This record gives sequence, C-alpha cells and structure tokens, in this order.
Amino acid sequence: MKAVITVTGKDTVGIIADVATECAKHGANILDITQSVLSEYFAMIMLADINQLTTDFSNFVDTLEALGKSRGLVIHAMHEDIFNTMHHI
Amino acid sequence: MINTQDVLETINMIREECLDIRTITMGISLWDCVSEDTDRLCDKIYDKITKKAEHLVKTGSEIEKMYGIPIVNKRVSVTPVSLIGGAATPDGYLKIAHTLQRASDTLGINFIGGYSALVQKGMTEGAKNMISIIPEALSQTRNVCSSVNVASTKAGINMDAIALMGSTIKRCAYLTRDENSIACAKLVVFANVPEDNPFMAGAFCGIGEPDAAINVGVSGPGVVASAIRRAGDCNLSELADVIKKTAFKITRVGQLVANEAAKRLNTPFGIVDLSLAPTPAVGDSVAYILEEMGLESCGAHGTTAALAMLNDAVKKGGVMASSHVGGLSGAFIPVSEDAGMIAAAERGALTLEKLEAMTAVCSVGLDMIAIPGDTPEEVIDGIIADEIAIGVVNTKTTAVRLIPAYGKKAGESVSFGGLLGTAPIMDLNTYSPARFIKRGGRIPAPIHSLKN
Repeated sequence: MKAVITVTGKDTVGIIADVATECAKHGANILDITQSVLSEYFAMIMLADINQLTTDFSNFVDTLEALGKSRGLVIHAMHEDIFNTMHHI
Repeated sequence: MINTQDVLETINMIREECLDIRTITMGISLWDCVSEDTDRLCDKIYDKITKKAEHLVKTGSEIEKMYGIPIVNKRVSVTPVSLIGGAATPDGYLKIAHTLQRASDTLGINFIGGYSALVQKGMTEGAKNMISIIPEALSQTRNVCSSVNVASTKAGINMDAIALMGSTIKRCAYLTRDENSIACAKLVVFANVPEDNPFMAGAFCGIGEPDAAINVGVSGPGVVASAIRRAGDCNLSELADVIKKTAFKITRVGQLVANEAAKRLNTPFGIVDLSLAPTPAVGDSVAYILEEMGLESCGAHGTTAALAMLNDAVKKGGVMASSHVGGLSGAFIPVSEDAGMIAAAERGALTLEKLEAMTAVCSVGLDMIAIPGDTPEEVIDGIIADEIAIGVVNTKTTAVRLIPAYGKKAGESVSFGGLLGTAPIMDLNTYSPARFIKRGGRIPAPIHSLKN
C-alpha cells in the first residue's frame, strides 16, 4: 500500500526534512518526491510505502495534518487508490 | 507512477469544488423479523438493524480518512415497514417508527429510510394503517424517513392513494408547525420507485434485495460546474464530453468507496447511484451548472434542454465507472438544497411549472419545494397527480416532496438547516382539481407498458 502526501504553503527552511522525519518516525518509507517553489509558494507531492506503518493510517493522517498546521502548511495524506481509480481506466 | 497533475486535480476537486460521497447507505432486509406480536416485531427489528449496521458509522469514518474524501452521511434503509408490519394497527406502526429512531440513535447514523408503503395498484389494511399514522411517526421522530409509491408504469396511477397524500402532507406540516413543518421534508410520494436508492427521503430496501447491501451516492455538482467553466466557449458536443469525463471520475470514487465499505463491512456491494446531488453550500449547485452552460438564470427558457443534456452526459460518463448502477441516477433539482435554485426562485426566474417540465428530463421530481401553508389538499393532490403522470408515461421515476409551510405565505421562506437548506415559498395556481381527484379509482397503465 502506498500513500500520496501533498504539502503546500509558504516556503521555509526544512519543510522536506520535517515531513520526512515524521514519515520515518511512523515507518513510512518515502519512494518518490516531486517539489516546486513558485514565488515563495511551496508545493510537494510525496509517494510513501505504508506497509510497515507503525501506527494506523488515520493516526498518520492526523499527525501530518497537525505538523502542517504547526508550520503554517497544508498537508494531506491519502491512499494512492483514490488517484489511481479516478484517473486510470 | 502517479502523475502530479492528477494528484492536484483530485485534491482540488475535494477541497475547492465540494466533491464528496453524499452517503453510504446500508440496505437491510427485515423479512426475518416478521412477527404477529408488535412488541416482538419491534425487538427483532431493533436487534437486526443494530447488529447488521453496528460498524457502519465507524467504517465510514475510517474510509473517509483513508482516501481523504468526506463521507457526509451514513444511513440505513430497511424493507418497507407497511409490509413488515403486516397486521399491525396504526399504534403498532407508530411503535415501529419509534423503534427505527431508537436504532438510529444507537448506531449514530444520519437517517433511516423505509417507513414506506407500495400502493401503486391498491392498498392493504396494513398499508392503510401505516399511511394513516405517517404524520405522527414523522413528527415524533427525527431521523425516520417515509415514502409512498402511488403509481408505476406497469400498474397505472392509484388516485385513491394520491387523494390520501394531500391530507397526509398537510397534517405532517401542521404537527411540526413549530419547526417549519419539517416532517414534510421526510416524506416523499413516488412513481416507479427504485428499490436500491441510497438517497433520502425515498430510500428503502426493496423486496428483491439481499439480506443486506451497500449502496453509495456521490455528490459532485461543483466539480462539473468548474469543468464546464474551464472548457470555455466550446460547442455542446464538446461540452457533453467534458461532463462525461468529469462524471466518470466522480463515479469512480463512489465505486472505490463502495467496494471498500462492502469489504470492510462484509456486506455485498449493491449499487452506485450516479445522481448529482447538490448541497446548500455555495459552489455545490446543479443550478450553477446550468447557468455555467450559458443560461442567465436557472429557470430561463432553455433550462429543460440544458438539464436534459447534463443528465444524459452524467449517466453516460458514470455508467462505465461503476460495475452496478442503480437508485435514482440523474441530476437532482431539490429547490431548498441548492443555492442556485433558491436564488433563481427568489428572483422569480424559476417557477413550479418550469420545475415540473424539468422533472420530465431528470431525476427525480418536485423536490423540497415550499408552498403556502393554506394550499387546499386537493391542489396538493393535483400537483402530485401531474408529477406522477410524467413518471408513469415516460417510464421513469418521479417524486413529490412538498412543504406546505404552516402559517406562511408565498414570498416568505422556511429554513431547515443542514443539508435540507432553505426554501422560498412558491406561488401556486390554486384553481381546484377537487372534482377530478374525488372521482378516485385508478388511471390505467399506459399502452407502452405492454411490452411482453
């Protein structure tokens, strides 16, 4: 199972490090990252393997959302299937 | 690999364009609860519902988290109570309504449907008893929803049943006069009622349904309106394609959620309902789609044509996205639940007559329309008969959910809060159909019902 983690907000130092640390803490293995910064606006999409997750997925979602809030970012973690089913036949 | 553009599109649909799953509805058969003793029947009904749907709300919340998409309502629909009640007295049927409410409270669900009667050809004693107590049942409970099927293309129109519904609706309005006549919002009169509909107030678990099934309804008018806006000034063939592609994506999410819910609840998947269900939230309106298509206001001449195209394109896009499609499957046009419809009615652009024409090309009917509280019951019967005739002759579902708001006049409005929204009270043609209605009997089934 994989999760797609999206992070958007104002660019500051250490966003990727913080999100990656949180993922590592809960056993999510990062597989791929694409990110861009457009006039101070930061957008990142991360694909993570969640098979070895040490907490349940809904806790993981809440933790990332809370991390986002504390840093003024919006962070969503969603199961990859919603993207696959919506965009691929 | 997941495409960045796809990820952003999906997230935008959910966060900005109000895409959500309107409801996961578990249909539960109550046939095995039948008992001669009403108390025993009620105990068995309570036990069966609370056991079968024990994990419905929790599972819904888990799926919501997993896919990051809101699941607005979790609901239960049961076998029509008039059938299960059988020999019950009106008091017995009232007890069943309270039992359904108690089960709903225990489960924490939003609505429970199935306080229903199927009387398209005639009424049993049980159906009569149940219909007679609908106003009390709906005014004494909060989450119980009721429906009465008064006609079908095969059976024709039961005018005796329609003649009962006007007074029933008015009594519902009176008994909840302190709450803007809200009981009327929980009662719908049908022609050709579907038996696997997940949407309220008309949901019930049909007689040919399995012991339990998961039926899902999606909601995505905001997504369709945005896609049309982005398409710009293209012609209608191209616009139909845009709508189809969008409907496909919306429905795929519905199917995904339905499969997951069915798996987790160990209950067979029933259907996905393709209906575009609006909410009173700004940007989640079917009327705005029609206006985005090029109408100055919903209700303008051209509205019926635009709605016909929208409804057809939604079905064509949705049908390939789901393994089983059912329920109502069409665009909904409930006035009070749609910000654009409310605005159009308030500015006088949308009238009851136009709404009636619109129901000929979409699901589901004259829905959530507030009318003056002093409307004579025969006029309500007449409105129902007209709408039902459209369904019967066109071999489609139609329905009527009117709120004769007690003590209020045309131009005022009633507010129900939540998904039920706010309804401007619409003016009516009050010339009397009383003599026609009083004739009673049945309007025969149309010739094209003879297909065998």
